[in-house]
Amino acid sequence: MTDTPAIELKGISKAFGPVQANKDISIRVMPGTIHGIIGENGAGKSTLMSILYGFYKADKGEIFIRGKKTEIPDSQAAIAAGIGMVFQHFKLVQNFTVLENVILGAEDGALLRPSLAKARDVLKHLADEYELQVAPEALIENLSVGHQQRVEILKALYREADILILDEPTGVLTPAEADHLFRILDNLRKEGKTIILITHKLREIMEITDTVSVMRRGEMTATVNTSETDPAQLAELMVGRKVLLRVDKKPAEPKQVVLEVENLRRTDSKGVERLKGISLHVRAGEILGIAGVAGNGQSELLEVLGGYADATGSIRINGEEIDLTGKHSDGQSRRARGIAHVPEDRQHEGLIMPFGAWENLVFGYHHDPEYQSGMLMDNAGIREEAAGKMERFDVRPPNPALAARNFSGGNQQKLVLAREIERNPDLLLVGQPTRGVDIGAIEFIHQRILQLRDAGKAILLVSVELDEILSMSDRIAVMFDGQIMGERLPEETDQAELGLLMAGVTEQTDKPAIDAINEQLEAKLAREEARNG
Amino acid sequence: MDYLTLLQILDSTIRLSIPLLLACLAGLFSERAGIFDIGLEGKMLMSAFFSAAVAFTTGSVWIGLLAGILASMSMSAIHGLASITFRGNQLISGVAINFLAAGMTVLIAQDWFRQGGRTPSLEGSARFQELTLPFADALRGVPIFGPLYADLISGHSILVYIGFAVVPLSWWVLYRTRFGLRLRAVGEAPEAVDTAGVSVIGLRFAAVAICGVLCGLAGAYLATGLQAGFVKDMTAGRGFIALAALIFSKWRPWYALSACLLFGLLQAVALRYQSIDLGGFVIPVQFMDALPYILTVVILAGFVGKAIPPRAGGEPYVKER
Repeated sequence: MTDTPAIELKGISKAFGPVQANKDISIRVMPGTIHGIIGENGAGKSTLMSILYGFYKADKGEIFIRGKKTEIPDSQAAIAAGIGMVFQHFKLVQNFTVLENVILGAEDGALLRPSLAKARDVLKHLADEYELQVAPEALIENLSVGHQQRVEILKALYREADILILDEPTGVLTPAEADHLFRILDNLRKEGKTIILITHKLREIMEITDTVSVMRRGEMTATVNTSETDPAQLAELMVGRKVLLRVDKKPAEPKQVVLEVENLRRTDSKGVERLKGISLHVRAGEILGIAGVAGNGQSELLEVLGGYADATGSIRINGEEIDLTGKHSDGQSRRARGIAHVPEDRQHEGLIMPFGAWENLVFGYHHDPEYQSGMLMDNAGIREEAAGKMERFDVRPPNPALAARNFSGGNQQKLVLAREIERNPDLLLVGQPTRGVDIGAIEFIHQRILQLRDAGKAILLVSVELDEILSMSDRIAVMFDGQIMGERLPEETDQAELGLLMAGVTEQTDKPAIDAINEQLEAKLAREEARNG
Repeated sequence: MDYLTLLQILDSTIRLSIPLLLACLAGLFSERAGIFDIGLEGKMLMSAFFSAAVAFTTGSVWIGLLAGILASMSMSAIHGLASITFRGNQLISGVAINFLAAGMTVLIAQDWFRQGGRTPSLEGSARFQELTLPFADALRGVPIFGPLYADLISGHSILVYIGFAVVPLSWWVLYRTRFGLRLRAVGEAPEAVDTAGVSVIGLRFAAVAICGVLCGLAGAYLATGLQAGFVKDMTAGRGFIALAALIFSKWRPWYALSACLLFGLLQAVALRYQSIDLGGFVIPVQFMDALPYILTVVILAGFVGKAIPPRAGGEPYVKER
């Protein structure tokens, strides 16, 4: 190993109008190491990486690649400098094969055949070397998210990148897929590749990186060796104050059953059965957490319960049957029955982005007599009430006239929560409450949901974040392929067991798969020991 | 129906299919690159007028063809500028081109030739002549195959053969070359092309230019091959039928050929059987003329199945971080 850093940034600054996205950032990453960059949303991580990949030009500052000053005006220059990027949202052509995606832009000549043949060989070689197995002729749209990500990594390696930037790579992966990804990254590190990992998950930073930089409000607040820090310190550096990483909650006091679901089935417009006979119940004063990898029917469950998708089966609220297909099956009727819904996709289903916060704070309830003034809406009253809600939910900036799209992710989520929680519902449906939300706001949102529970309300929480499920729930149900695979108590289970259920593995059905995953876990532990010892 | 009538219908099917086919392939290149183009009609019309006008003036159909292609490409350039460079709405730009062409062709025709918005009839070398393929006359006597070769395969203008040759050529370019791979990619996921270091704008302009050339061929064929001169609105909705054929063919060259032949057949049948006597009730001519268009709607509504357009179609590309 040499003393020349693989990448060195000196005094990088970038402003968008009045917003200083990056302020005098310097960073050194040695070859053959994994460097983590952690920070809240909007801290400037992505801007910094976009500068490194030639999407933006820095206002000030210099970039050195392997000790040589390098200008990166566009992606082509970044690729030429040996930089590969795996974006959070994959840049793949869905109806192309893996091979076609890999060679796109890096073809050897005007005809495809020789390039495809060469790529097939290279991919085979890379697959053996780094555990990057993908079927070369498979269409991207038929691949799992984990495999699609491998294709992105292969694209970079095919272009002979030796500096790899990964932006929030585990957001969409199952725990097992994430483990596999980390194994790949470990292999790449052993081969002398340099890796920059951007994430907001402290656990990942601690698990895989050698050094870590923390960004806050466009500035680099610290760079430390991972072995010399801990999650609490990193969280404090990120937010700028002490953060409670653990959810502080009293034991639940469950009372009568509020929501009872029996044999719920839903078939989507393509004729695929998305819910295959779901049965569950939620009591007053408890949180039922639904764990699962995205796309296993959780969204459909929320849609049916929230009243905007038809289904068969039965749903009872406080013992009364709910209309599942008729004209009383809509959000309006559900709200009238005391069901409030914080949808998974707040930007499309929870809010109307160009509308003001005050308008968004009454949507769904705007027919209520209390918001009317004669034939018109009582806008002055609504505004006033909105200001109160924003204050109680600590929405910043507390300006009811500001359009929803101008708030940060966390504050948008607080707007939705304020609207739904302040109606004092019997049942709160919450989907992905903290997706894309800053660590500081997560704490607040969790506290609010717990307060509602302690006030004796029933809560159904859907989340793909296992940490969140484990810390918030009083009971956990795991969904896989439209079914509930099992129910566990949070104090009697762990990530590994839930991870297996999320992959559809139960002890009875799939002994070999369990063995395989256990082997992987053991290998991981052994690696960690080797690294620590 | 005897064999000769069948050959005649098929012969006119070919003639009527060619402008559809060329326009359809033009749309295929444009839309595969993510630029929706409802201005095919306008481009064809422009080319039809300028090819006829220039062919008449110079006496050379080849110079006319060149002028037609240039006219069509200049419309493409406007469409490209509006929808690629300035990220405007592709449908509005296309509609504008159709209006522009419909008005401008007649206006200029009237100004130049004073014949009520048409060009004078083209004769001799100002028009594409029918080519007689080798041995066509010698083989005519052979049963079945002879008339087929002499009447159906032989005896079309050069643009017909070019039109059919463009089908395999398009397939080859799209699926076997680097350019084709990138072109298909830019219509599906321009961000993938962009991050791979390839210019999205460059590819889309190339596609729009190819669309201009093919529309130019289609329009020139109408005015100087199929007919002898330009008349007002002579494209008669062919640009839109070509779009229908494009959807019907799910944006694939070989399917485009079959779709265009089908629509050509409908037109040929309508032309041949202007009035059908159903024993007392005579189906009016107007109905037969409308039939190809009615069937277009029926086929599109009922028989296409699921046609998935290129995913990034109609969306101007804006770089995200």
